[in-house]
Amino acid sequence: MNGTAESRVAVIGFAAADVSVTTSGVETLAPVFEAALGQAGLERREIDFWCSGSSDYLAGRAFSFVNAVDAIGAVPPIAESHVEMDAAWALYEAYIKILAGEASTALVYGFGKGTAGDPARVLALQLDPYTVAPLWPDSISVAALQARLGIDAGLFSERDLAAVAAGREEASCVETLLDRPYLRMPLREHDVARVADGASAVVLAAADRVGGRRAAWISGIGHRVDPQGFGERDLTAVPSASAAAVDAGGLDGVQVAALHAPFTHQELLLRRALGLPDAVRTVAFGADAMFSAGLSRIGAAAGEVMAGRASVAAAHATAGPLLQQNLVCVLTAEVAA
Amino acid sequence: MDTLSAPLTIAFDYTRSLGPVLGRFMAGLRDRRVLGGRTADGRVHVPPLEYDPGTHEPVTELVEVSPAGTVISWTWIDRPLEGQPLDRPFGWALIRLDGADTPLLHAVDAGAAGAMSTGMRVRIRWAPTPSGHIRDIECFEPGTGEPAGATTEPEPVTIMTTPIRLHYRHSTSVEESGYLRGLAEGRIVGRRCPDCRKVYVPPRVCPACGVATDEAVEVADRGTVTTFCVVNVPFAGQRLTPPYVVAQVLLDGADIPIPHLILGVPAADVRMGLRVAAVWRDRADWSTTPENIDHFEPAGEPDAPYETFAEHL
Repeated sequence: MNGTAESRVAVIGFAAADVSVTTSGVETLAPVFEAALGQAGLERREIDFWCSGSSDYLAGRAFSFVNAVDAIGAVPPIAESHVEMDAAWALYEAYIKILAGEASTALVYGFGKGTAGDPARVLALQLDPYTVAPLWPDSISVAALQARLGIDAGLFSERDLAAVAAGREEASCVETLLDRPYLRMPLREHDVARVADGASAVVLAAADRVGGRRAAWISGIGHRVDPQGFGERDLTAVPSASAAAVDAGGLDGVQVAALHAPFTHQELLLRRALGLPDAVRTVAFGADAMFSAGLSRIGAAAGEVMAGRASVAAAHATAGPLLQQNLVCVLTAEVAA
Repeated sequence: MDTLSAPLTIAFDYTRSLGPVLGRFMAGLRDRRVLGGRTADGRVHVPPLEYDPGTHEPVTELVEVSPAGTVISWTWIDRPLEGQPLDRPFGWALIRLDGADTPLLHAVDAGAAGAMSTGMRVRIRWAPTPSGHIRDIECFEPGTGEPAGATTEPEPVTIMTTPIRLHYRHSTSVEESGYLRGLAEGRIVGRRCPDCRKVYVPPRVCPACGVATDEAVEVADRGTVTTFCVVNVPFAGQRLTPPYVVAQVLLDGADIPIPHLILGVPAADVRMGLRVAAVWRDRADWSTTPENIDHFEPAGEPDAPYETFAEHL
């Protein structure tokens, strides 16, 4: 979906935390809200719509998103919604809400304590519940199957994966990384983004509420999904990412990209699917703070624009197994004509 | 201050209804046969799809494929995780069975990673007592095999059960830890919101103001029943015999009630405004848990006037 002069929405605030003390996330969210609202120059009561992304499976708590509303302060009542996905998809909902004229400001947040359980086992439960999940395939093994398909197809080598990792871990060199043992052949530990605790928040505003604030304008956003069966799609292509980029108006002119790639080989698959030239700089992906990591990529891309380091930036978020679902958001320094 | 945390295991046996396609697929497995679903383009999908992604029509044609196939991709796991098909190192693989056009995911009992390769031939090792479940395929092993051949079509499986068991470490906040440690000493400690001055027990981020509660406030172990329900329905794990009363008890000094049992009084005599007092367990059994308070019982005081708790309903 493309923003036009009549329907303009901007990111005006972003904050993130790389910890989550409690499994509820509430204590982590309260200061994150404060920081994001502070950057946006808005008061809590000036937010028309709140939207979150999280999953109860991550920390084993029922209705944790209801609990998290405590961090908002819901008296008098607020307008609120939730997606059981990465909060990048909550941002999509909030964006639509603003375009629809039902809100002129929104705060989108994601949170999760990924280290509360064993995420590699927890993620097995997002797979087909009849024929796959009962086998408990851990997320890292499943990713390794995808990586090998890419290597066998000649798309990249283990060295290429290590080069991506070297870009993520400062002070590591490719040779040293390749000497490390396999975690799941052909993946080594550095190919797997560490699952982390965390939370983040993005503040959105319609054009008439942006005023003189620093802003990164959403020029386009799209999200698509591929079939869930591992045998039902080419695991080395990411058609949903390509389609989402088209829906977002294309990535021509993008100078910097913030990709959400939980595994190094997925960053290479994504660059290919999105058609990103080598000249496009990337904001290195660190730890995978599940359910806020994708939203934080949008925050990071917006930050590049707001800081003046890029005039056009792309953010990407993924959900589901093996890059099944993908969202692409293009942000610009100037209002789209 | 160190915060308290504790292990938490959640488990549930998911029972899932199977439609006409997966019901026949699982019935096939019970007979040690693998059925694929043919879509309008002629492709055979294993596992079968319920709907044709091209025509969107229900898939009705199931055909038997071979129990042997070819590894399309693989990896190796040295330390298998709970619930996985094998408890010794094994390979995960995408396997395209002979006669199928799509690969399925399963385990390969190959002994060592060195025995695995893309393109290797593997066959199903069937579970000793098949039940109409994907786990009727115990795993794959290196080798070849042939289809069992047509038999009379068995009755479709209608339900499959999958036990789910997940382990977590539940972590409390600084405020919650203070509350739990107070309980271990027989004290009930809430926290006051710096904005609205309300006292929350157990302490939490003030849900009205969205700010952390800071000042610790000890409240009484007696209070007022604001509202209640009579439990008449038996349920799994129930510890008391119905009927019994669960009430919201507004402790003196707190602004939010806690739920607890009201015992020592006939259910019919429990009422809004009833004054109640905590009955603590034997001190020797106390720990950092709200279970230190066994239940509440009438305090023998006159009922509290409605106005004193109306704001807390």
